[in-house]
Amino acid sequence: MMDNKMIVEGSLENVEGGFAFLGRLPYYRGLGLSMVEDIAVSVDGSPVPREAIRFSVRGKTYTLDEMERVYDNRWNFGEQARIIVLQDGGLTPGSHRIEFATRLRISYLPMVPTTRDSKEMSLAA
Amino acid sequence: MTSQIKRGVSLYSYQNETFQGKMTLEDCIRTSAELGARGIEIIGEQSFWGWPEYGVADADIENWHRLIAKYDCVPVSHDYMLDYKRYKGREMPFDEQVASVRRDIEFGAQLGMPFIRSLVSIAPEVLVAAAPYAEEKGIKLLTEVHAPLHFDHPWIVRMAEMFQKSGSSALGFLPDMGMFLHAFPRVWADKFRRMGVPAHIADYIIKAYEDRTLSEYVILAVRDMGGTGPALGMAETLRHNAAFEPKRMLDYIDMIHNIHGKFYEMTADYVEPSIPYDRIVEVLKQGGYSGYICSEYEGNRWIEDAEEPDSVEQVRRQQVMLARLLGEPEVPTLKAAA
Repeated sequence: MMDNKMIVEGSLENVEGGFAFLGRLPYYRGLGLSMVEDIAVSVDGSPVPREAIRFSVRGKTYTLDEMERVYDNRWNFGEQARIIVLQDGGLTPGSHRIEFATRLRISYLPMVPTTRDSKEMSLAA
Repeated sequence: MTSQIKRGVSLYSYQNETFQGKMTLEDCIRTSAELGARGIEIIGEQSFWGWPEYGVADADIENWHRLIAKYDCVPVSHDYMLDYKRYKGREMPFDEQVASVRRDIEFGAQLGMPFIRSLVSIAPEVLVAAAPYAEEKGIKLLTEVHAPLHFDHPWIVRMAEMFQKSGSSALGFLPDMGMFLHAFPRVWADKFRRMGVPAHIADYIIKAYEDRTLSEYVILAVRDMGGTGPALGMAETLRHNAAFEPKRMLDYIDMIHNIHGKFYEMTADYVEPSIPYDRIVEVLKQGGYSGYICSEYEGNRWIEDAEEPDSVEQVRRQQVMLARLLGEPEVPTLKAAA
């Protein structure tokens, strides 16, 4: 659910040490960060290594491994978190196909669902 | 004759709008009140920022009570989650689960809720252990009986026995009407067709559902028809859904205190083509049920790839249907909007 609203339109930007965009949790509620099992990003068809991804919300930034043990913070319903990808020089100006996927450990579900969104995003020069 | 059954809305129904910030909590409550649906059910983690990790600000609780009073509504249920898989690779210890339920009992009590909803997979032992505190706070813990579970399933039968044996008045059920799915929902079939399921396979699955064919046979048949990916996904929905019998609620009617009026699609002439609400309401009247039926719109996720859901219009149509089935005199706003 909310698959096509995961990536926030117009949010792609270069940041120090890489690039970033805003992402929302594809769920009808928020979720404690320890239950976000994985976040995957690919750019123009190339997957980004898990180690290069950072998740940032309300000024706190985590690696995905750190996030698995975060019990005092959450990704709230509809909240726009910053997904940062460490990549020297960031992205070249122009259009890029960003794919963003989350795998969530939901207590009551008999599976661990992965949800993904993909958007063509432009980066200003 | 007007029935004792009351109408409400679970704000889950408006998730597509609230997620995007297009409706506030006030909009949700006002809209429901305008439809004559005065019972308000929430998912705490959806309607209240930060719950449970950050608690809830006093100002947010005060705002809730202000809105409930302003629109002359009634708090019905706080649906809590209990994330017992919070720790990777190990289940949350029993005592911690009970403590977590206690916090939701307290939160529910702060909101003036008579009920809090427990997910069906929560162990009955946890609920029995939390029951005395719920009694103290004047709250009932209602386990949501949701497809593929149903009132004849051993898990539910065992739970009911444990609830009864405990002697606590604080333990009961909240059935979700999706378990009485008598036809394959059109919005599901349309979505699977958009995902590439060939027409003949989609037609076969819809017919097999109508024939009440065992899900495992349907899955095998779809595989034999060359079905892959989305076609198997469509067939597998039959593992999680079935046309159970609404009359089964009668055996447990004294333990049923709230109802999820699940629906996937309301047509312009006020019909939910996949769930037999006429029969359901008949059974509830027969059982003397006097609680709320809270609209729970779940068509959103099935159509959002093709069109923007109009949750308010969908809820309005279901409320018109319910008002008619309950024999209410026409509600003015419903009439004006119809």
